[in-house]
Amino acid sequence: MSSNSVLDGAGSPSGTPGAATLLEVRDITTQFRTERGLVNAVNGVSFSLERGRTLGIVGESGSGKSVLSRSIMGLLPRSTTIRSGQVFFEGTEISGLNDSQYRKLWGDEMAMIFQDPMTALNPVMKIGNQITESLRFHLDMSKSDARDTAVALLKAVKIPEADKRFSSYPHEMSGGMRQRVVIAVALACGPKLLFADEPTTALDVTVQAQILDLLAEQQRERFMAMILVTHDLGVVAGRADEIAVMYAGRVVEQAPTDVLFREMKMPYTEALLAAIPKMDDPSHTRLSAIGGRPPDLVNPPRGCAFSPRCPYVQPRCHEEVPALTPSETTPSHSFACFYPVGSPETEAIRLDIAARRLMSTAPTPAQPSPPPFRPDDAPTGGV
Amino acid sequence: MVILKKLGQLAVTVILVTLFASLLLELLPGDPVEVLIPSGSDEQRADLREELKLDDSFAVRYSTWLGNFAQGDMGNYYTVSSDRPVSDRLWDSLPVSLLLMFYAQTLALLIAIPVGVITAYRKGTWLDRMSNTSAFAMLAIPNFALGFILQYYLGVRLGWFKTSGYASPSENFVEHLQYMILPTITLAVGQVAIYMRLLRSDMIATLQQDFILMAKAKGLKSKRILFRHALRPSSLTLLTVAGLNVGTLIGGALIVEVVFALPGMGLMLFEAIGKRQIVAFQSMVAVIAILYILVNFAVDLLYTVLDPRIRHAHKS
Amino acid sequence: MHTSRDTSITQLDPSSLPTIEAIEAPSSGHQDADSLGVGGWISIVWIGGLALLAVLAPVLPIPDPNESFPEIARMGPSSGHLLGGDAIGRDVLARIIWGTRSSFIVGFGAVAFGLILGGMLGLITGFFRGRIDSVITPLMNVMLAIPQFVLALSLVTVLATGEGVDSTRRLSVVVLGLGLVSIPLLGRITRANTLVWSEREFVLASRAMGAKNWRIMVREVLPNVVPAMLSIALLGVGIAIVAEGGLSLFGVGVQLPTPSWGNMIAEGRDQMRRAPHIVIFTSIVLFLTVMALNYLGDAVSRRFGVRESVL
Repeated sequence: MSSNSVLDGAGSPSGTPGAATLLEVRDITTQFRTERGLVNAVNGVSFSLERGRTLGIVGESGSGKSVLSRSIMGLLPRSTTIRSGQVFFEGTEISGLNDSQYRKLWGDEMAMIFQDPMTALNPVMKIGNQITESLRFHLDMSKSDARDTAVALLKAVKIPEADKRFSSYPHEMSGGMRQRVVIAVALACGPKLLFADEPTTALDVTVQAQILDLLAEQQRERFMAMILVTHDLGVVAGRADEIAVMYAGRVVEQAPTDVLFREMKMPYTEALLAAIPKMDDPSHTRLSAIGGRPPDLVNPPRGCAFSPRCPYVQPRCHEEVPALTPSETTPSHSFACFYPVGSPETEAIRLDIAARRLMSTAPTPAQPSPPPFRPDDAPTGGV
Repeated sequence: MVILKKLGQLAVTVILVTLFASLLLELLPGDPVEVLIPSGSDEQRADLREELKLDDSFAVRYSTWLGNFAQGDMGNYYTVSSDRPVSDRLWDSLPVSLLLMFYAQTLALLIAIPVGVITAYRKGTWLDRMSNTSAFAMLAIPNFALGFILQYYLGVRLGWFKTSGYASPSENFVEHLQYMILPTITLAVGQVAIYMRLLRSDMIATLQQDFILMAKAKGLKSKRILFRHALRPSSLTLLTVAGLNVGTLIGGALIVEVVFALPGMGLMLFEAIGKRQIVAFQSMVAVIAILYILVNFAVDLLYTVLDPRIRHAHKS
Repeated sequence: MHTSRDTSITQLDPSSLPTIEAIEAPSSGHQDADSLGVGGWISIVWIGGLALLAVLAPVLPIPDPNESFPEIARMGPSSGHLLGGDAIGRDVLARIIWGTRSSFIVGFGAVAFGLILGGMLGLITGFFRGRIDSVITPLMNVMLAIPQFVLALSLVTVLATGEGVDSTRRLSVVVLGLGLVSIPLLGRITRANTLVWSEREFVLASRAMGAKNWRIMVREVLPNVVPAMLSIALLGVGIAIVAEGGLSLFGVGVQLPTPSWGNMIAEGRDQMRRAPHIVIFTSIVLFLTVMALNYLGDAVSRRFGVRESVL
């Protein structure tokens, strides 16, 4: 499978990836053995990533996005997981490594930050020690050097009174601060690749932006590659260079960020975007949620996995699985859909849905529908 | 402050327990004097009645008893020929029981912790299943039966250890250990089962937490993760249970002492019962109960010190 | 996850129950949700079989348990005396079978006593709460503040020592003593379970339909509490039988010459050098019975899905 990422400058279609690419993932599949059967969590995902760039992976819970990052890192328990595919890190195939070989990479070359900082930190260990542990283990630092570095790290993640805070326990800090500590722990040994698995989901909205800013800043300073996993398109909108949308274990759309937002092709991506509440909408607008539920990963439906919930579904969608193919006009943009947004079959349906939505926000049936509200109109108070 | 509140509760419990001990004499069917010195002369009986305040109300008896007890007067052994104070023997036998319990608890933890950690890590394997079956069996063995069997096979037949008697650690430490090994093993067996499985189930839950995955993602070795990260929160539960278990430990220790003729509280109780010395019996029961309450109190305090979450909760 | 511990031990709240639940019975093979499993049925057969033997003891072709046959004194198994003879030549097998009577009476009797009284108290305090709870529960907590065996020992000693205490009286004292000791524990567990079930909606629904309190308590809550109690009770029987042994060791168990497993072991201790089989055979029977009871208790709790933390 050729890599279809615009970030892959010097990569060749097959064989080892080029020197500039930090991470290349080829056709990764991950399955879990459970009592109910084999769960197909990740199904043939490929991409590549250079240093200093950010890839955003977006999907609902159950889309396989978290499993993907753990699978790439090699963190999943061997006994219940079946993996196939290849992972190249700095040109070396790492998917076949055993645990003790992986341990040299973990923390040192690649790191992960988790969703809930309360559970990601050891509750009975001082936070400073959780940082120095990595430093002393990987970088062989002395106790005092490690402490100094840890305090510096705490300062870098903007924790006030870093020196005092070294001896704090996780429950003594707020959620936002804890997540900063988690970031400090992850970045302690200067990894080249960072997986950020829903880093802001468990935090207050006000704190989310701060954390994302912090991550972006650290990434710039360290020239790190980052994979930002989230269910919120809004989070990756301004932060990722490229976005991959996942559904039911597959990448269904992949493009550089601006391209994606400009001309999204997947009905699923469109629905995700529509689900985000917007400032411009009049008040009391119904939030458009995506109806239905994510598919059963043990017995997935025939055909396209999204077909039961797709507003533009056609008979063919239930029968065949669309492959991820690059768009003819923009090769950096790939999607997996027979009737993407913009095609004639979908246009008619789309206008219909839009019209109905407009009608649901109309004040009274008698009056003509008001013009869409624009922020530069004179405010009528309370908006 | 919380400590004061706890001290208050402690005091109330102690009072209630002494009340209970005092009530034991009341429950005795028949005449206490008859029971204590059945062959005594009329004069001795009258003296005893006077001393025990048997003709006064219960309130008087209780307050007298309590007053004496608080001052360390544990009553006497009453025989036809003489009266000897209980406290003389009590302070000698108490350390023996305490040592036995301490050894047994330590041995049990020393075995249970590694096994618990490893079986949690290697859940579902042959080792885990075997340890589960053993734990189940160990729980079902009555400690006195085990004691007799160990005494016979390891002590008498194989002659490895001493089977009865005692030497204090200050006299001859090696001999002391020889006397204490079999009783310690006997007492520890039941505890090992409980601690082992409890730690295992707590560790299994802990190992599923994110911070363990995070530790793994930091590249740390499994051994370090198990013992330095996972064990720490789980050990607090173990501490709790070890503390709560002291009650069972006490009961077991009393029995084991009788089996191995260790001169501890158990043997003292045994003799007191045999000689129907109810007054002495009362005091011993009171001492044991109060000791138990104090140990629980200490464990409680220790727990607040050790768990940073609780410490913090109290501060705020 | 982490047992949220009641940090106020001196609030008189000790109990070793979480420990029992951490230990699952070894399950050889899968146990269906609707059955007790192979092990469960083996346990039932064992216990039932023993009970049957105990009941039929007078008519079984075994020698009188109190009759001495000097020729088998301290001898191991021989024809006619399958388990050998004890110190004074009594048939060990006969004594074990007759001992089952005493041990089972103690075990099941004490637990029944504790279950009924403690269960009732637990049900009432858990359901009604309020003032009755604030009076009874501290009382039970005081009883739990004393180590259980010591409590039993003191009660039994005091009630059994004294004038004119005969063997029937001794037996009832043992049952009573162990039963009393088990009341606070069983009461506390029942109360905890009752609290959980009383919060459920079907109870509110019952109330809303105008049902009287007692009726709800007995018809709605009680049946749901029973499985957990049954499971604990089975464990308790084993504990009681072993406790009787402990009491016998101190001389206040079932009164000799009436045999019980406990007093047989206590009596046989002096014979360990020359006739270890007395203690060993009796211990094996005791061990297997306690195992069976524990296994059954666990099987019952699994069968009825008693998963919730009992405390």
